[in-house]
Amino acid sequence: MFLTLIFNSYPSLKAFGIKFFYEKKWDPVFNEFGALPFLIGTILTSFLALIISIPFSLSLSIFLGEYYREGKLSLILKNLLDLLAGIPSIIYGFWGLFFLVPIIRNLEIKMGITPYGVGIFTASIILSIMIIPYSSSIGREVIELVPSEIKEAAYSLGATRYEVIKKVIIPYAISGILSGIFLSLGRALGETMAVTMVIGNANILPKNIFSPGNTMASVIANEFTEATGDLYLSALIEIGLFLFLITFIINFIGRILVRKYIVK
Amino acid sequence: MKEKNFNRIIKDRLFKIITIFFSFFSILPLFLILFHLIKNGISSINFEFIFNLPKPVGEKGGGIANAIVGTFILIFISFFLSTPIGISVGIYLSENKDKKLAKIVDFLVDILQGIPSIVLGIIAYLWIVKPMKNFSAFSGSIALSIMMLPVIIKSVKETLSLIPQSLKEASLSLGVPYYKTLLFVILPAGLSGIITGILIGISRIAGETAPLLFTAFGNPYMNLNIFKPIEALPHLIYNYAKSPFPEWHQKAWAASFILILIVFTLNFFSKWIIKRWKVRF
Repeated sequence: MFLTLIFNSYPSLKAFGIKFFYEKKWDPVFNEFGALPFLIGTILTSFLALIISIPFSLSLSIFLGEYYREGKLSLILKNLLDLLAGIPSIIYGFWGLFFLVPIIRNLEIKMGITPYGVGIFTASIILSIMIIPYSSSIGREVIELVPSEIKEAAYSLGATRYEVIKKVIIPYAISGILSGIFLSLGRALGETMAVTMVIGNANILPKNIFSPGNTMASVIANEFTEATGDLYLSALIEIGLFLFLITFIINFIGRILVRKYIVK
Repeated sequence: MKEKNFNRIIKDRLFKIITIFFSFFSILPLFLILFHLIKNGISSINFEFIFNLPKPVGEKGGGIANAIVGTFILIFISFFLSTPIGISVGIYLSENKDKKLAKIVDFLVDILQGIPSIVLGIIAYLWIVKPMKNFSAFSGSIALSIMMLPVIIKSVKETLSLIPQSLKEASLSLGVPYYKTLLFVILPAGLSGIITGILIGISRIAGETAPLLFTAFGNPYMNLNIFKPIEALPHLIYNYAKSPFPEWHQKAWAASFILILIVFTLNFFSKWIIKRWKVRF
């Protein structure tokens, strides 16, 4: 698969070389392709989504892994999270387009910025909702694995629960929590449909987080079938190749972190 | 001293409340999505909607029968493509855990799981669509079955490694050949896990759109030929949602409702099977 991608992106690799990644012009009419806007768009949306999702997923994993480990409440919550993880991404995108976009637009009018509604910020919110179930389920598992002896030792010294969580559980489980975050970052990077529907699809360098943009995955989704000319197509395939490599590296780091934790 | 302890207790309580608040807040989108789907979708679902073909904009009525049939055809083909490979790779991995090749394959399966679906779409396009020179249901199924494969492999491997060694040894000691032991002892014992894996895989691909954009491509007519373009529910939702016509938006809501019903049913069944026939030894 990897070879297929390299082989087919060869024309564009040859024509643009390293310039492909910092050229900010994307103009199919003149056969000029630079992937910088999409690179920036992808990085912005994924990291913003990650930052938004961390407080939620962390508290979910503490809630399910420590406060309410068993019982009806956590069972219901776990099942609901599974449902949330099961919703197809296209439905997230559709819902975002008709529910979230008007809300963001009103917000933007109040803040006095150009009200696009769609844009990087909206895409990040949708993405963060989508990755919460993943990172929180990994976080819950590692928090459950924290041995009860060390927790009890801390309690016996008179620590409150908050202190135990902050000073014992989180430091112990940190590599597992981080790997959950990394794995969900890999998901966020490659997520296509939901992002495509709410990001605004503008092939320009985004000015701020509210302006419309495009990510690597969404530009492929939008332009692949319309791509006329071999160079255009191969430029898109090169973006795909690059996306493949990035997610590969991020997943790799995530797995290493998981393995390290299990060995411990 | 007392002051300090009081502060610590307050902090403790506060932290708990914040945690609970954030936890429940993150479930909120689920209810919002379901609420909107039901509110907007259920009114336009009727007999005609499910069994008729789409009509052009402006005409009343029309349904999404082609997309429902298309989705099932795509799932069906991907199921037949990925299940045999998935099960055999899973068996191999659980039987030869310590071999170097198995470790490499295991790693590659992990990688495969992480590949963005859109990239799989490109690959299916380059492999199937380009040589055959037209979009087809078959190419879409290839992309979907590659997505499904790691899910099946993982669950087969995990279930089979739960089966105790003594069961296998008992069968071998009775003189049963190795392949028969695998087929008639190991596989039936792990059947529930395998079925669950397949169901989870199907529910993962049922809602997938990205790879279908340039493989199955969509088709406004009923199509049963797998070498022609075919419509699928998620793809139809994407097209209708992007369109400027309110009546199409209405249809997209209804189609989303049906899609989510299918996905949730699959999830429910896989959970039920896990509960019912859990591998216990």
